[in-house]
Amino acid sequence: MISRRKILIGGAAAAGTLIVGYSLWPDSRRAHANRLAAKSGERFIAYWIKVADDDTVTVVIPHCDMGTGTFTALSQMAAEELDADWSNMRTETAPPDPLFANGALVEGFALSHIDLTRDSVPAFLQGTVLGAGNRLARFADIQVSGGSSAVSFTGVYGIRVAAAATREMLLATAAERLKAPRNAFHTYSSRVIHSPSGQSFRFGELAAAASRLSPSSRPKLKPKSQYSLVGKAIPRIDIPTKVNGATRYGIDVEVPGMQFAAIKISPVFGGQLVSVHEATVAGNPGIKKVIKLNDAVVVVADRFWRAQRALDALAPVFGDAGNAQISSQTIRERQLAALDQKTRKPESAAGAEVAPGAGAEPGTRAAECTYHVPYLAHAAMEPVNATALYRTDGTLEVWAGSQDGLGSRVFCAKAAKIPIDKVTFHLLPSGGAFGRRLPGLLNFLSYAVQTAMALPDTPVKLIFTREQDMRHDYYRPNVTSRFSAKLKPDGMPGSWVNHYTTTDDANAEAAHIVYDVPNQTYDAVKVVTPVPTGPWRSVEFSWHGFFVESFIDELAHLANRDPFEYRRALLQHKPRHLATLELAAAKAGWGTALAPGRARGIAMVECFGTIAAHVAEVEIAEGALKVHRITSAVDCGLVVNPDGFKAQIEGAIVFGLSAALNGEITIAGGAVENQNFPDYPLVRLANCPAIEVFIRESDAPMGGGGEPGTPAVAPAVTNAIFAATGQRIRELPISKQTLARDETSTAT
Amino acid sequence: MNGDLHEIDVEPDAPLLWVIRDELKLTGTKFGCGIGACGACTVHLNGRPTRSCIVPVSAAANAQITTIEGIGAQGLTAVQAAWIRHQVPQCGYCQSGMIMAVSALLAGNPAPTEDELGAAISNICRCGTYTRIRAAVASLATGGPRGGA
Repeated sequence: MISRRKILIGGAAAAGTLIVGYSLWPDSRRAHANRLAAKSGERFIAYWIKVADDDTVTVVIPHCDMGTGTFTALSQMAAEELDADWSNMRTETAPPDPLFANGALVEGFALSHIDLTRDSVPAFLQGTVLGAGNRLARFADIQVSGGSSAVSFTGVYGIRVAAAATREMLLATAAERLKAPRNAFHTYSSRVIHSPSGQSFRFGELAAAASRLSPSSRPKLKPKSQYSLVGKAIPRIDIPTKVNGATRYGIDVEVPGMQFAAIKISPVFGGQLVSVHEATVAGNPGIKKVIKLNDAVVVVADRFWRAQRALDALAPVFGDAGNAQISSQTIRERQLAALDQKTRKPESAAGAEVAPGAGAEPGTRAAECTYHVPYLAHAAMEPVNATALYRTDGTLEVWAGSQDGLGSRVFCAKAAKIPIDKVTFHLLPSGGAFGRRLPGLLNFLSYAVQTAMALPDTPVKLIFTREQDMRHDYYRPNVTSRFSAKLKPDGMPGSWVNHYTTTDDANAEAAHIVYDVPNQTYDAVKVVTPVPTGPWRSVEFSWHGFFVESFIDELAHLANRDPFEYRRALLQHKPRHLATLELAAAKAGWGTALAPGRARGIAMVECFGTIAAHVAEVEIAEGALKVHRITSAVDCGLVVNPDGFKAQIEGAIVFGLSAALNGEITIAGGAVENQNFPDYPLVRLANCPAIEVFIRESDAPMGGGGEPGTPAVAPAVTNAIFAATGQRIRELPISKQTLARDETSTAT
Repeated sequence: MNGDLHEIDVEPDAPLLWVIRDELKLTGTKFGCGIGACGACTVHLNGRPTRSCIVPVSAAANAQITTIEGIGAQGLTAVQAAWIRHQVPQCGYCQSGMIMAVSALLAGNPAPTEDELGAAISNICRCGTYTRIRAAVASLATGGPRGGA
């Protein structure tokens, strides 16, 4: 039995170290920050925030731009606390320097009562120093963008507090100038105003003097009731350069003298390079070098297409490391065997309902079901790539999109076996990430560094083709999960037993249900394979959300209850969840008549502090599924930018739908079979449903935005399929199943 | 290319995409799949939407090529403005190709139905901005600007 949440440091953090994110930054380090990241005429006042003579306020953000709108939201939070005019706000990406490590991220997890010290490190941080077992005090290498944390942690515990401290320093400076008490001043529109006289100073007039004060360790934060900018749908600041081709992603970097590299990695996981036919490319135009690595071959040429074609001609041969027998099927059989060992082997076929339970007391029923989800690739639109220059003086310079600038710099230093101060890392916008560019998943940086070191003093841009990107990802794991439950005579669950497979010792939070069910038992059984796995948008919730929300739906139907009403009955002590579920149902018209052949399904998952409930409306005609509409209600506490938040939920729904409908990476012969988008189909305009998102504001601590929309999509759709046809989908993707043609609605 | 004449000396079968990006240094056109499956590399070849990753550069000789850098050179086009109004892009990587594909569609069919839009535009957006793309296109079809998304 896995305990629910281990509370180790939460209490201490909440009591004493709320603003660790910037209060650990003494004056000497502020001077260092100015040398690193301030131009003339501007300076850091408190952590993260620079104020310039011309009143420009620049928020230095310890995250990447991967399309989630966090730069805008964090800038809004800073402007709100500062009372800065929005037109004066700018953002910059923080330098990948330990000085700009993101303590607020760690703080957020501390306050979330998640134990950072042992086996329950959140999966998206497992590749970082925290994941390696370091304690809270050692967060030196972290600048992660993941875990839906940028606004809810960095914003709340870092940038908002730093902005409030900056404001207090500006106020103190004005008070000193006029020799008036500080409480006689207020701030408005980038000015500090002496309230009695109306005399005022621009922020820029005060900035230089303010920067010589020490930041307050406990600045006064603006109450929510006074917010004028937070909560507004401010247009995203990154969008104008994303409609005219001007945004420069990692793949767009241009370095003088740059060469291009294409790579082929051993298709079989763990395989080594055996041989290449180098003679075949010897005379090809533009070829600079063929680099044989342990598990890959790289061709460097003056143009990417030349490198790519030479690579094809090399016909590299790889070993199989003894992994040639591994397939999706064998892994699944091992998972089932491991579950059988843990639980009793089910007497019925896997997934069959046992109802009414033989030998159970009269009036009770029981269900036992097994579910499975496949491996998934991230498949961001920008294939992973990096440009690296290794100089014979022992320095390394790298340009790439990543979800952790500082962690990437450290990673490159380790890959090159040189000190971190010899490495310059340029963090560039990512054309999508979804977890693929997190620490622990940085194979593209490793290969780029190895390539650069084989060709010193030559900048080389290494680009994975789509095929290499898809076949050498770190996959959302495939997982098998088995449930059993007994219903009481009133039809409500009297027990809940869940055994599931896992690939690592990840945080077990995601399996736990919010529903009021007695006698819950959970256990995980570890099944290790050579297939590399990693965090994928919503991480563990992407599978447990499907499992839990399918099984509770099965219980509702077994009890002959409406699945929405059944959930409601189990949420009487969870007012936020109940209200979110009810909002989704109301907006979707739950219970109202639909056109013939259509049906609705409902599901709700809380993750990263945010509750998302979706209602899917589907139709099965001639055996083909069409998802017409997804209506979503979301509660993330306070919303900083409602339109940006909605965009994240919309995108997360499409992401979850692609996985539900068609998403499957298959393994055969120890290698990924999928090659490119035609055999990894994603939702496109033609099969994207209408999506409506309704935000429910609450007083709950702020939750994340990027991931919470994903997990409840698949179960909402499969629950709707059941309502339409009586066919229960217990294995994703839906496309693997033959959908019933006739409509034998079992909904009651 | 975008109204300028360029002379380049490469293999005739070099993919147009890489010539645009690496010879002409116009990086707004993106590499996504290399097999014409995702549309991130869409440009206009004599006005027609074309997936440049599978077109040999020889097929573009003496043709008028327009890229994302070209269409808005005289100020934002109506499509680009609608994309901002509806806050369409997230990561933005696919949006050059998306905007090129939609612009070409609207030139021939200014008010496509949702089905026509879906049938004509098979570009992939992994961030899932499709509902906003629909709203942006619908706002253009009805004439003047509509409220933000």
